[in-house]
Amino acid sequence: MKTLILTLLLTVINLSMSWAEDGAVTPESNKTAIDLVQAHADYVWTLVAAALVFFMQAGFALVEAGFTRAKNAVNIMMKNLMDFSVGSLAFWAIGFGLMFGVSKSGWLGTSGFFLSDFSPDGDPWVLAFWMFQVVFAATAATIVSGAMAERTRFVGYLIYSVFISALIYPVFGSWAWGSLYHGNGWLEGLGFIDFAGSTVVHSVGGWAALAGTIVLGPRLGKYLKNGGIKPILGHNIPLAALGVFILWLGWFGFNPGSTTSASKDIAMIFVNTNLAAAAGAVLAMFTSWIKFGKPDVGMSLNGALAGLVAITAGCANVSPTSSIIIGAIAGIIVVFAVVMFDRIKVDDPVGAISVHGVNGAWGTLAAGIFNMGGTTGKIIGVQLLGIAACFVWTFTAAYILFKIIDMTIGLRVSAEEEAKGLDLVEHAGNSYPDFEVSSYSQQ
Amino acid sequence: MKKIEAIIKPFKLDEVKDALNDIGVTGMTISEVKGFGRQRGHKEIYRGAEYQVDFIPKIKIDVVVDSSMEDKVVSIISEKANTGKIGDGKIFVSTLDKVIRIRTGETGKDAI
Repeated sequence: MKTLILTLLLTVINLSMSWAEDGAVTPESNKTAIDLVQAHADYVWTLVAAALVFFMQAGFALVEAGFTRAKNAVNIMMKNLMDFSVGSLAFWAIGFGLMFGVSKSGWLGTSGFFLSDFSPDGDPWVLAFWMFQVVFAATAATIVSGAMAERTRFVGYLIYSVFISALIYPVFGSWAWGSLYHGNGWLEGLGFIDFAGSTVVHSVGGWAALAGTIVLGPRLGKYLKNGGIKPILGHNIPLAALGVFILWLGWFGFNPGSTTSASKDIAMIFVNTNLAAAAGAVLAMFTSWIKFGKPDVGMSLNGALAGLVAITAGCANVSPTSSIIIGAIAGIIVVFAVVMFDRIKVDDPVGAISVHGVNGAWGTLAAGIFNMGGTTGKIIGVQLLGIAACFVWTFTAAYILFKIIDMTIGLRVSAEEEAKGLDLVEHAGNSYPDFEVSSYSQQ
Repeated sequence: MKKIEAIIKPFKLDEVKDALNDIGVTGMTISEVKGFGRQRGHKEIYRGAEYQVDFIPKIKIDVVVDSSMEDKVVSIISEKANTGKIGDGKIFVSTLDKVIRIRTGETGKDAI
């Protein structure tokens, strides 16, 4: 980093010295130097943005820990640490090649496995690009952790982590984003708009979470014998809120960083990202206030995330005003979606399916509707096709994966283990040994 | 000797403690407890689903005094812990057989 800044400074100094020597310098005559500065700025911006997106892992970990019980907090931390770590290796070995390798068919990349496109004396751009992409892959992977929290066997989750980062995420990604590097996806060929991944990242995570949650079934004690819902309280709402703030911050890398170049475009993307999140939080708050009588903190936090997910697709091609509308609608949708999934017994402790799956789809549709260059039936049609393709591929692949894990090594812990808590039975650990247990229910 | 157990609203603790100090009560033990009486808990909402909270947090004060202090202590607690609203709590008084100070082995009134 320091060397990079120094290099930039030296370049600037060299430039000013050369100006002093001969007066007739034009942007054209200095093109090489200007391009070099631009290239360095592109590297810096892309890698700084990658670091911000990496920090979203912390956000997810805290949101999930906060919205679940203390007896499973070690397990949540381990899942979040490992889906990133295992996922990084899987994406390095296989995922990146499938997603961004040369693709003749438009359905799958076939080169660049094990980062083989990098050679020590070659262009290091592939490294900057890989770093930015691996944190995206990890975002999709970690979304699932929250929805499947408090009842999933750890080893089953590890296996899932390999497959989503090596296969499920990269295959769909290659359809929509392959041409960002060496690939060429059929969906992007049709004009599909998903700038930073409402569908590619968030819906993939959300629909995989839906599949996992269905295969698992609800947590013990969540549904009463008479069909009523007994909420299972999260153990630390301030932690969940801190997680949401961290995610919001990380999104300033996620969306504006998706330019992967230092350009003036990032200003509007930044503003759009922020406005959508704000509108999502405000509207989710009012919706919960009207619906439940009080401004609900969990729903408002989900609302901010819903706004962020929804603006991710269109952040570079809709206006700031449209961003507010997109975020606001996301904030309303997320409250109804959370309640709806609860009613149909899809037990998602953190609202991941509603936030990432449902609002990823809404955001992708909205990117077509609110397109600044105008919209047509064809644009909307392609957006809908992309949304549907993502659901069919991801849900099917993830459902089969989770079913196979369930039938072979088992996806869910036993009822007794679930009651004791995953920290103890899976990790022989305890998140808060100095605190007393205050919840005695048998769940 | 009497043992006086009072279940009170948590935010009333300081007032009750100071008032008991003022009348010469030299010690007390408190615990954080949960329970319900005729108030029967209250409703809360979590992520859109309503649920019943049966056990409401209270503070329990244990005070041991000479029998001559009983009426004074009871009336101070009744006065200071009273808000007039439901859930103010209860006072239980019982006779105590024996008190021992561990450090010195003193018993009875001297040990209080």
